[in-house]
Amino acid sequence: MISAAWFDQIISLLAAILLLISFAMLSQRRILSLIELFAWQGAVLSASTAIVAYSANLHHLYYSAAITFALKVVALPWLLHRLIRRLNVRWDVETMINIPSTMLIGLALVVFAFNLAQPISQLATGAARHTIGIATATVLLSFLMMITRRKAVPQVIGFLAMENGLFFAATSATHGMPMVVELGIALDVLVGTFIFGIFFFQIRETFDSLDIRHMEKLKER
Amino acid sequence: MTSGIVSQLFQSALAVLAAPLLIGWVNMCRAWLQNRSAPSLLQPYRALHKLFHKDAAISRNTSWIFRFNPYVQFGCMWLAAGIVPVLATDLPLAPAADVVALVGVFAVARVFAALAAMDTGTAFGGLGARREMFIGALAEPAMLIVFFNLSLIAQSTSLNTIVETLAHGNFLIRPSFAFAGVAFYMVALAENARVPVDNPTTHLELTMIHEAMILEYSARHLALIEWAVAVKLVAYSALGIALFVPWGIAEAGNTAALPLALLALAGKLFVGGAVLATLETVLAKLRLFRAPEFVATAFLLAMLGVLLNLVLQR
Repeated sequence: MISAAWFDQIISLLAAILLLISFAMLSQRRILSLIELFAWQGAVLSASTAIVAYSANLHHLYYSAAITFALKVVALPWLLHRLIRRLNVRWDVETMINIPSTMLIGLALVVFAFNLAQPISQLATGAARHTIGIATATVLLSFLMMITRRKAVPQVIGFLAMENGLFFAATSATHGMPMVVELGIALDVLVGTFIFGIFFFQIRETFDSLDIRHMEKLKER
Repeated sequence: MTSGIVSQLFQSALAVLAAPLLIGWVNMCRAWLQNRSAPSLLQPYRALHKLFHKDAAISRNTSWIFRFNPYVQFGCMWLAAGIVPVLATDLPLAPAADVVALVGVFAVARVFAALAAMDTGTAFGGLGARREMFIGALAEPAMLIVFFNLSLIAQSTSLNTIVETLAHGNFLIRPSFAFAGVAFYMVALAENARVPVDNPTTHLELTMIHEAMILEYSARHLALIEWAVAVKLVAYSALGIALFVPWGIAEAGNTAALPLALLALAGKLFVGGAVLATLETVLAKLRLFRAPEFVATAFLLAMLGVLLNLVLQR
């Protein structure tokens, strides 16, 4: 039997990898690599959920790990791939701020998140102490990605990555939510992606582009 | 104490004498990977020998800085390679082996290289010097932060204490350590003018950084600079080995462990050289204006390592 301290360390390591992937997504210029990174994030998330399930001996977390894997590593990346092939938007992602500055802002956000999570962490025990801060940082970094991208597809990937961060906080800090809630969220994310897909086509039909700056012109004159 | 002096002399002599061998090994691996027939392992020694026997040509417009620079380069790099505790930890120069001082030694060499490059007044010299400072100004903070990360673990900025702590510490999965290691490797590539940032074999004016700075040098001056470049590579490799894979180092007062430590070091450098050659073959050189992004990523990783260290290891 491996000791609990080892599990804590492995969870910490996975948390660090999650944070690293968030930064990689922030600095990524190509949509295809962005989707690949998103799939990796899902895989790390699924692995960490499975490890929490094993160490805490909670059976429902195994299902949740399986759902995460099926949804975030297989289904959603496949859907997004299909979408960008249909929309024919494989070109480079445009960012509002240049990438080194975005990374520095991201670094400031991480410091902010760690500070924010400190009082909460002191109440927690075990691996949760470390992971709350990292999960908060992941959420904020995905948020930053949504803000700094001009095109609709990367923004949606940022939104999905944000959900990953929340999910990580939920599983590692509180050993997951009830199964009903988790199933509900999984379905929401799937349906949300479908609806976003439909939106993409509508946006492109109206403006001939996926650049959401055009949507500012919707105001009445 | 005597054992310390023996280790110190041995390590310093070894660093200087074996440095061209490491360059030769990297070049050899690179040639193999690129499907060329490799030059001899001793080729760098022959090149140095040839350069030392030529007559030096120095422009009439240069000042003493130009002639002084090769000696500064060589001296700084030799000192750096000497104080890194890579063979044994009880070196007499150990009190000088502070990580901040070490970065300072590299900075002295860089400043003199840039001054000497601009001294000749040629276009290439100024171009190379500016590019070197451009990369250096970004790489140096990243390097310092990597060191601070390790200092946080060892509670000291002395290289000796850091290496001893890391070599003895029970094995833990340290995410911050992995981040620092990757950041260090990226900075080392940038500082040693290796492929993603600079190409050591190019003489194409659009891309060269380090080569542009030493374009005006000839004969023994050039030989000293080339040798210093080799010693710098050894110093950085030694630093990386001492900090991230310190196993097999000879403990204080244990001269008998020296041969084993030497063997371990040779093995690590052998592997390290092959890895470097593979990376240089696989990676493409970055556009100059992408280079800051590369170094900024190293800085980011180093900084993340420190933050994770503060959050995870308490």
